[in-house]
Amino acid sequence: MSGKKWGDKDMQLIIGNLLRGGVLLSTGIVIIGGIVYLARHGQELPEYGTFHGQPREFRTIPGIARGVWDGKGRAVIQMGILVLIATPVFRVAFSIIGYLLEKDYLYTAITLLVLAIILFSMLGGLGA
Amino acid sequence: MTILVFTGIILLGAFAAGLLGSLTGLGGGVVIIPLLTLGFGVDIRYAIGSSLVAVIATSSGSAVAYVKEGFSNIRLGMFLEVATTSGAILGAFLAIYAPTHLIAITFGVILVLTTALSQVKRQDLPDPTGSALATRLKLNGTYPENGSLKAYGVHRVYGGFGMMAVAGMLSGLLGVGSGALKVIAIDNIMRVPFKVSTTTSNFMIGVTAAASAGVYLYRGYIDPGISMPVVLGVLGGAFIGSRLLAGARPAWLRIIFTVVVVFLAVEMIYNGATHRI
Repeated sequence: MSGKKWGDKDMQLIIGNLLRGGVLLSTGIVIIGGIVYLARHGQELPEYGTFHGQPREFRTIPGIARGVWDGKGRAVIQMGILVLIATPVFRVAFSIIGYLLEKDYLYTAITLLVLAIILFSMLGGLGA
Repeated sequence: MTILVFTGIILLGAFAAGLLGSLTGLGGGVVIIPLLTLGFGVDIRYAIGSSLVAVIATSSGSAVAYVKEGFSNIRLGMFLEVATTSGAILGAFLAIYAPTHLIAITFGVILVLTTALSQVKRQDLPDPTGSALATRLKLNGTYPENGSLKAYGVHRVYGGFGMMAVAGMLSGLLGVGSGALKVIAIDNIMRVPFKVSTTTSNFMIGVTAAASAGVYLYRGYIDPGISMPVVLGVLGGAFIGSRLLAGARPAWLRIIFTVVVVFLAVEMIYNGATHRI
């Protein structure tokens, strides 16, 4: 590959491997949280027939962080899910650097727009 | 049934869904939602939340291989992401206000439509010059075929963009990847070769789903007790499935899977129409 122009594919391969890393990391966190959760609540009865929505501690980033600190299995699972959701967002953010390196300003702008839409959704959706 | 048993069964079901999804290319979300709602009486909102998370996992997990093979068109994907992410946010907000039985009926109808459309055989029309807009947006590309690179042009940018917005909205509303609709938009409307459209669609699915997942998480749709077995099961199944893919003959598997999906779709429509979901 030496001597060849830095291209789309090199950047995407790096990003692809980062994605795989993100998935592996989140899977690991979910497994740890799952073990703690099942050890504590495994003998209880599931109640999913009616929708209550999650308590605040399992649906906001500060709430999840506090739950992880308190060693709650479900909060740890949610933490893994957060890592998973962040993974594709990370990919988009990283692509911006790639397009800047290629001096492709049209796609730098398009990718920035995609990132802005996602962040708008997360901040708006997260009630910030 | 205790939580331990419940988790184990969901894990197995999700594993099967991930395995079949990756072997047939139809995606895992389409089976997860009926399995949870019809099989276990789980509220459809929890089912959507966990399915969406599983969709992100499988898309991100398989992205590397596709990029390495050189099929996916990254610029095309990124450009169309503008449409799908905007649509996904709209869909996720609609899902909060739409009654669940209407969501169930829509889900069923979309399932039937996409499986029907995925049966249609197409032939690639090699046309290396794209439309003027596609050329200006640098959307045209190449893909490997028989050891050499083949050029293709992209057409009807507006039509594909509009269809993508619809696909994104359904993804946000129903918690599925809506890969079939994405493939139709890129393949049929924009006339991109089939292998390029399927891999580009896969690349986009994770980003689209992430756009609506934030909304769902904050609204409390993502339950750790359900997401945990669903994500682990689907990922495990997809991983094994991708290993088996080389030696498998997915044709008959696809037929069985299609029959199952249509059956589930009809049941979703029925239960939605009778207000049982």
